[in-house]
Amino acid sequence: MRQELNLQGNHALLSRANPLSKVAAVVLITVVLALSIDWVSASVALVFEFLLFPLAGLTLTLLWQRGWPLILAAAVGGWSTSILAPDSGRTLIDVGIWTMSEGSLEMGVGFMLRGLAIALPAVLLMSCTDPTDLADALAQKARLPHRFVLGTLAAMRLVGLMAEEWQTIGMARRARGVGSRGSAVQRVKATLGQSFGLLVQAIRRASRLAVTMEARGFGGGARTWARASTFTSLDAWVLAGGLLVAGLAMAAAVTAGTWNMVWLGS
Amino acid sequence: MPAPTHGTGTAVRPAAITARGWGWRHAGRVKPAVHGLDLDIRPGERVLLLGPSGAGKSTLLHALAGVLGDVNDDGEAGDSDESGSLLVDGGSPRGQRGRAGLMQQDPETQVVLSRVGDDVAFGAENLAVPRDDIWTRVHEALADVGLSHLPLDHPTSALSGGQKQRLALAGILAMRPGLILLDEPTANLDPAGVLEVRDAVARCLDKTGATLVVVEHRVAVWKDLVDRIVVLQPGSATDPAVILDGPPDKVLTEARAMLLGAGVWVPGHVPATRPRAAEPAAGTGNLLLAAEKLAVSRARPRRSGFRKIPPVPVQEDITGQVRAGQALAITGPNGAGKSTFALTLAGLLEPVAGKVSATTGLSRGAGIDPYKWKAEQLIERVGTVFQEPEHQFVTGRVLDELMFGPRHLGHGGERVDELLERLRLTSLVDANPYTLSGGEKRRLSVATVLAASPQVLVLDEPTFGQDANTWAELASFLSELLDAGTAVVSVTHDAEFSAALGGAELKLSAREKVAL
Repeated sequence: MRQELNLQGNHALLSRANPLSKVAAVVLITVVLALSIDWVSASVALVFEFLLFPLAGLTLTLLWQRGWPLILAAAVGGWSTSILAPDSGRTLIDVGIWTMSEGSLEMGVGFMLRGLAIALPAVLLMSCTDPTDLADALAQKARLPHRFVLGTLAAMRLVGLMAEEWQTIGMARRARGVGSRGSAVQRVKATLGQSFGLLVQAIRRASRLAVTMEARGFGGGARTWARASTFTSLDAWVLAGGLLVAGLAMAAAVTAGTWNMVWLGS
Repeated sequence: MPAPTHGTGTAVRPAAITARGWGWRHAGRVKPAVHGLDLDIRPGERVLLLGPSGAGKSTLLHALAGVLGDVNDDGEAGDSDESGSLLVDGGSPRGQRGRAGLMQQDPETQVVLSRVGDDVAFGAENLAVPRDDIWTRVHEALADVGLSHLPLDHPTSALSGGQKQRLALAGILAMRPGLILLDEPTANLDPAGVLEVRDAVARCLDKTGATLVVVEHRVAVWKDLVDRIVVLQPGSATDPAVILDGPPDKVLTEARAMLLGAGVWVPGHVPATRPRAAEPAAGTGNLLLAAEKLAVSRARPRRSGFRKIPPVPVQEDITGQVRAGQALAITGPNGAGKSTFALTLAGLLEPVAGKVSATTGLSRGAGIDPYKWKAEQLIERVGTVFQEPEHQFVTGRVLDELMFGPRHLGHGGERVDELLERLRLTSLVDANPYTLSGGEKRRLSVATVLAASPQVLVLDEPTFGQDANTWAELASFLSELLDAGTAVVSVTHDAEFSAALGGAELKLSAREKVAL
């Protein structure tokens, strides 16, 4: 987990763009896709997103490792939509209460593609954005309070540590005779106890980290930034790219006649 | 505004400390942590603070660093109490950000950011140092602590404990403080790490001339570096806080008996421990557990599609035997997988390759593989004491903690009374385990595991950060256990501790770190 949060070694083009412009581009694309359930706009966006992979230093393997829960969720969502959506057109499968028709299948596929197309930009963003750079941009460019931003950043480092601590506490408790195997009730009780142990350790660690930060002068008024968060011409390209993908997806759907505003129903 | 300093210009203005009748009571506590402290430390002096636990050494360092506030270590807010005065350069420490730099014990919480360069820059940024000066300071500080070979974007999570503490020192130096405060900076480190940090501190002090106050009970490490030792005693309304103050050699001679009594590690003195009655010859004693060509890792197998990929082992090809009444010391440098091996041997981690097998004398019908035993089966066969006692606390009261194992096994508490007595916990039966002192927590964690009467006891760095009294008690107690036929496996860097227990040594060698 700690390795996955670290982007050292990713020198892809998009990793040099300012995180804020990347966030803006992602928001543009997801907003357009959220407006309509149709397979045309989603497929167009998906194609462009896959084309962007090399620019973000992402590969299909990495995508699966980091984004598999989202991919599975999209697939399951598509499947259930195609079964449950109102039927229209020819019936393809009919198993008692479950029926899948051409209309509902189209809806399901649209739903799945849309899920993927909305999830992928976020995965792309995370894979080429260092948390420290994001914090710098949020504090220096978006003018969020630095106490809040840097506090969150420092706490995020502890998250990886807590994952290791969870495993250690689990073993330490087994060595005391608290089983994580056994009946469901026993396991729930064991997990609750382990969570409490982790909470205690998390609070201790956090208060020690707070002392460390305060002793290094954190929490005062004015501060300088060792790393300047800057916008370059690359950021203009990133924004333009976001706009282009969103625009093309919408235009393609409107042209194909599949544009289908969510709240207008179908 | 003076020009940024380069080369020779790095000397700082060392800080002076003046305490007059200073006292501090933490919120929610009845007794003061420090009371009636009178102390003068001249600019550039290097002082070692000694004293028993509860003498308020850490409290004093926190106050000098200006971070003592209304929130205590447990996160409880409330009204704390200050009396007298404690001044740095004639002013309140709280109003002088960056004048003092503080390093604490736990290396993990001394690192703030995830890249080496950013972490060193953090303090200087907070002091609003101009950007170009910050990077000059960062490079210089990293060179001073001997970490200049690391790239600035090196991940801090990949550093060893000693490196993390040196990084913390660099972060402090980048603030150019006149006062450096070290709170047991090496208690969690292996011997190589201890020297690494001590030498880096020495170099930096020689260069900057800053004032130093260090708290540490391993006197030998710091004795030659400091020019004064101050001994504190626990706060009381009548006696002064400082009981002894002077040059190291003088204090160590005059107060030898008192310091030994307080559990301070006085140089050249190894506390006496109970010798073993009759140590069985190597290789004798009933075989209980055997490791065969074992490869170990804390990571679980990864799944890639339908394939199961085993983790990269931290150590492999380990073969060793655990015998009744015999001690086994697992030694080796940091990163050699000592703890991981011990946890695998103790049935807490699944072997990556090879096997751990229990003989019938130990398994008593529970099966050959300790990892497959149920938790109740495990604790009456193999007991494991973790490095951090708090990880193993499962109740809110010392007595419940001790009765936990026996109750689960359906036993009475016969063993518990004996353990309470033997490990001096009788007066603490109603206390909350989390509120005990470090030494008490260690004794309790050993007692709780032994309450289930295991035949094999596995201890992970049992002597880390312990004072000499707890150390000697622990070694003597374990030698009794060994004589009674228990097998004792300890992961340790402490050569004196292994010598006190005798038995065999299993030395693991360092391995090249495999990039993930």
